[in-house]
Amino acid sequence: MAQKKFVVGCFDEEKVLFPAVKQVRAAGYKIKDVYTPFAVHGLDHALGMRETSLHTAGFIYGITGTATAISAISWIFTKDWPLNIGGKPHFALPAWVPIIFELTVLFAAVGMVMTFCYLCQLAPGVKKHHFHKRATDDLFVMVIECTDKTNTDDLKALLSSNGAIETDVQVAEDGWWFGTYDKEDNLYNEKQLA
Amino acid sequence: MASIKEQFEIPGTLKTWSYALIGIGGAALLYGMFTKGFSSDEHEQVHFWGTLMYNTIFWTLVTNAAMFFLCFSTMAMAAWMQSFRRIAEAISTLVPIFGGITLMVLLYVVLSHNHHIYHWLDAEAVAKDPILKGKAGFLNPTFFVIWTTLTIVLWSYFGYRMRQISLEADVAPMDAATAHKYNVRSMVRSGFFLVWFGLTVASTVPWLWLMSIDSHWYSTMYSWYTFASSFVAGMALIALWLIYMKNKGYMELSTSEHLHDVGKFMFAFSIFWTYLWFSQYMLIWYANIPEETIYFKNRVQGSYKPIFFLNLFINFLCPLLILMKRSAKRNFTLVAFMAVLILFGHWIDFYQMVMGSLMKEHVSLGWLDFGILAFFVGVMILMVARSLASKPLIAKYHPFLKESILHQV
Repeated sequence: MAQKKFVVGCFDEEKVLFPAVKQVRAAGYKIKDVYTPFAVHGLDHALGMRETSLHTAGFIYGITGTATAISAISWIFTKDWPLNIGGKPHFALPAWVPIIFELTVLFAAVGMVMTFCYLCQLAPGVKKHHFHKRATDDLFVMVIECTDKTNTDDLKALLSSNGAIETDVQVAEDGWWFGTYDKEDNLYNEKQLA
Repeated sequence: MASIKEQFEIPGTLKTWSYALIGIGGAALLYGMFTKGFSSDEHEQVHFWGTLMYNTIFWTLVTNAAMFFLCFSTMAMAAWMQSFRRIAEAISTLVPIFGGITLMVLLYVVLSHNHHIYHWLDAEAVAKDPILKGKAGFLNPTFFVIWTTLTIVLWSYFGYRMRQISLEADVAPMDAATAHKYNVRSMVRSGFFLVWFGLTVASTVPWLWLMSIDSHWYSTMYSWYTFASSFVAGMALIALWLIYMKNKGYMELSTSEHLHDVGKFMFAFSIFWTYLWFSQYMLIWYANIPEETIYFKNRVQGSYKPIFFLNLFINFLCPLLILMKRSAKRNFTLVAFMAVLILFGHWIDFYQMVMGSLMKEHVSLGWLDFGILAFFVGVMILMVARSLASKPLIAKYHPFLKESILHQV
């Protein structure tokens, strides 16, 4: 993966963050992401992100589960190993519905979790650069990707004038890597030392 | 808030339509009553009173579902429905009216000892029948009359108390302490309704009013099934009124966000209804005991087969496939279409629940059913509109209103 240059602006309030997102986008900068301590309603719209297609994937997984269950059970009970169960017909659809339902749910649930992990690049051992540690605590951290033409000082000034309490420039890994961090960050210990 | 239209004015076309429906339906109802209801032929009697019974019970339960919606939302401290709560309240004002009609019809059936509808009213047959004798402590005219009267009176009374406390939110802004007190009082009042709702709709009342038509048969799913059917239809009715009011330029504070959540209720409870439908069907199918399968005999294999499966198609497959997408639940046209379809589907459901047991040989669906339906729809439209016009459309000082305006799905 590639090293890139980012400008990072930290905000401590939602109501400051939203107009700032609007201003930065209007100025033509490309926001990589905004890292927040909790899910912020409407932020995805403000960032202009498209709707996720995770649910479409879920529907396809579900249909796959339904089809798997119907074809497997009907083959087993009518062709492969027909059994007389209480004199019921071999093709006993009502009795199969619970299993069809369960398999639909199983396929949809497992498939969606795995797709979600894939889309968010989450897996054991996968590491990503943390732009600001307090993004998991009480800061809204806006990360803007720089191009060759980006004037970082102008951008930092823009962020500050829109209410950022802290700005800086970081050169960091853009994607994910497999392994460890160079230095294990531990906010708690650092505070104790200070 | 200055630009909000708070006062609903009933449009002329709505009045014309509702009077026309009441006129046509009322004529069909009266004609049916005198040619069939009071005729000496017991088949004609059963046809008329059965048809009137399932219509009036359906509409009573559907309108009562609107109050149930308000009460459980209040109990859960839900805020999102505050922007259109007056619609649910207006629908629930029909409970005393439709409940009154239900009460009259049921009292007439029971007190005239019409044992062709309720077999357990036939004292001689009960004396010879060990099953019915075992149920006699529950299925007897005295208990039926007392419990039915109590049910309808208390639904109306607790619903009235809920609507009254809602009006207090029109008067003046509340400070934090007042608002807290107001919420607690609302929750206590909704608690009374919910407990009584649980003791009636979710258990005893469907047994008494509907399941006892098949006096020997019973199903533990039946009450929940009836509840799910009426609740999903109730949500569809709320959606329909919300869309109508939006179309007329009212209810500015309710947006596609609110419609989305109403649509979710319609979707989720259609699935819930199917869950109960299937549980009831599969257990009986699997055990294959004659006294239990008798209920499904004429429905699955007899003349009611098309209606029985149409019911499943309209109430399960259509909502499942059409309402599944997020964009569908936010589309006013599509939700309006689905709301009408779901209301019709559950009306058909009630039809087969009652008439499938009363007239086993042939499907009686015809002018009488649609005539009486037209009457109830006409009354519903007129009375809901009047109730909406009689108070402000927004409970503007309700502590949760702001949260409802900001609602985002």
